[in-house]
Amino acid sequence: MIFQTPIMALLLVSGLAGLVALWSAWFGLRVLRRWNLADGSREQLEMERQTHLISTLFGFVMLAEALALLLFVYNADRMANLFVGAMCAVGTLNVNEYGFPALYLKVATFFAAAVWLIVDRADRAGRDYPLTRVKYAGIILLAPLILAGGAVELTYFAGLETDVITSCCSKLFTPANEGLSSEVTGLPPALALWLLGGSGLAVALSGAASLWWGRGQMLFAVSGVVLFFVALAAIISIISLYVYDHPNHHCPFCLLQPEHGYYGYVLYLPLFFGTALALGAGVLQVFVGRPSLRDILPARIRKLIGLSMVAFGLFGLATIWAIVSSQLIVFG
Amino acid sequence: MTPWLRRQRALADYTLSALGRRKGKNISLVVIYALIVFLVASIMMFSSGMRREADLVLSEAPELIVQQLTLGRHELIAGGEVEKLAAIRGVTAAKGRLWGYYYDRLNGANYTVMVPDDPTIKLEQGQAILGEAIPRSRGLSWEGAPLFLSRFEGDLVKFDVVDTLSHDSALVSADLMLITEQDFRDFFGLAPDVYTDISVSIRNEREIATIIAKAEKVMPKARFVTRADISRTYQKLFDWREGLLVTLAIAAILAFGIFAAEKASGLSAEETREIGILKAIGWDTGDVIAMKLWEGALVSVGAFLTGAVAAYVHVFLGGAGLFAPVLKGWSVLYPDFALTPQIDVLQLTTLFLVTVLPYVAATLVPIWRVATGDPDQVMR
Repeated sequence: MIFQTPIMALLLVSGLAGLVALWSAWFGLRVLRRWNLADGSREQLEMERQTHLISTLFGFVMLAEALALLLFVYNADRMANLFVGAMCAVGTLNVNEYGFPALYLKVATFFAAAVWLIVDRADRAGRDYPLTRVKYAGIILLAPLILAGGAVELTYFAGLETDVITSCCSKLFTPANEGLSSEVTGLPPALALWLLGGSGLAVALSGAASLWWGRGQMLFAVSGVVLFFVALAAIISIISLYVYDHPNHHCPFCLLQPEHGYYGYVLYLPLFFGTALALGAGVLQVFVGRPSLRDILPARIRKLIGLSMVAFGLFGLATIWAIVSSQLIVFG
Repeated sequence: MTPWLRRQRALADYTLSALGRRKGKNISLVVIYALIVFLVASIMMFSSGMRREADLVLSEAPELIVQQLTLGRHELIAGGEVEKLAAIRGVTAAKGRLWGYYYDRLNGANYTVMVPDDPTIKLEQGQAILGEAIPRSRGLSWEGAPLFLSRFEGDLVKFDVVDTLSHDSALVSADLMLITEQDFRDFFGLAPDVYTDISVSIRNEREIATIIAKAEKVMPKARFVTRADISRTYQKLFDWREGLLVTLAIAAILAFGIFAAEKASGLSAEETREIGILKAIGWDTGDVIAMKLWEGALVSVGAFLTGAVAAYVHVFLGGAGLFAPVLKGWSVLYPDFALTPQIDVLQLTTLFLVTVLPYVAATLVPIWRVATGDPDQVMR
């Protein structure tokens, strides 16, 4: 079952990411123990040189991981016709118990990697590399996540058996079952839209405050994360209905199919990017007091917040367009 | 333009002219790189074209096929079973089908002989409609040439060829020969009330599983093959063949990775001097790495585009002459058909990851090693 080119590509990415993560974490341990910019020793000099390599390598691997997340979902959707009972990515991911964990780990890696890359760029802008220790502590935390993601993904793909009867999304996303997905599906549509509007407003207000008065950045990051989860819930509870023009089809994965104009990508890409940038802005805000970053960081954070607001705005537009252009009448 | 963009533009500009200064070396790199992309892309495009073709063909197939089994082998099925199946609720129609294989000793090919299902195909006794590969391989080049078939020494049966099937369905109909039911029974010496298998059409696809469950009670010894089963088997078959070839190609990718790493680390004296000068005039390690990454990106984009476009031409315009025998399967009568061009994001992303990522991985460490050298050391 691993004998599929997209799967091999995904495993290649995971394998490379795992190797780089292991090596970087090993180097990170050295940095945490011995890093001292004031020291002119040969070892320190070599470490400084190696940080360039690690940054570049890690940056590339994380970009590849972001691409791999897209490919993973797209491929799961594509493979659905190989499994009895599967009609979209949900069926493929449900073939064995490692499918969804693999997806969640990939999503978590995406966000962690995005934050790391943002911190890395900020660090390289400061003249004395003020965030080096933070960065490498981050890598040491990230490495297990990347390795676990790769291992779970490998187990998932190795265990894909086409004669297994899997369940379709209409079984998973129905209010009648138990479990988180059903809870979310059962969320009343009006409440979901109010929550979405509320968190969107919170994002807009805190974003505006941080752009105009330079305060409330932390609040923005937090509301961005809240918006992310609320938006996912709202997509399952109500937005998907509008896209499908169907009062009972709640699946957040069928959205990715060509029949629905790949509308899922229009919704998810800005949402994920907006959230990643908001998270990055929040994390940078923590280091705004560092002496060598005092002049650089505020402008960077503003830029991140601005971009993040644009992304969230696009997500909002996509949502509104889904509702306006739909034939389905839920309210009234 | 932001400073960042301006810096990138300047770097790209510099890198392009630097690449131009070492044409020979870089062209050889791009050519080999493009060859690798071409190889993998051809395999992927061809098998995805085949998968699509199979799906197109199968969309016309009956929802369910019922076959009798004896000793675990496919057996003739009695005509009485047709009514039993047709009586199941949800079945639109059940029809006995007649088809078989004929081995032609003249050209060593197997024909699929079949009684047409389609009422619009009008055939009379002694007439036949042929798939496009049969007249081609038998050399029936003139209009109205009859087809003579010999089942055994001294036997000769004549069929008038009234029509040949179009190229559109060549994937399945290349070796097809359609004759009337009476001719079929006479030709193969078949009893009057038996069929090869039964095709069942079902109106609602969601009822297929239930209908099979009911039919299994009526015909416990039969085998039920759904259209989805066949489609899945084809998908898996082509996936598997594609995977096999890509795995073989990985050896080539690996070799290329080593080659690229060699190229990136073994700098010529002139290049080393260039980097030394750049560092001496104030470039820092980050700049040199960025410049080298630009170099890699330009080479990659060039090779990727060249390779992918060449593969497209090879597969969809040139009939994939290089890999077709392996991916199509083997047969004396090859269907002569053109694949419908089809590429999607999944393929391109996969192709990108499979080819560009190994290149990047192989060259990053050498690039860094070059970029971090001390200027005086490099220039010496």
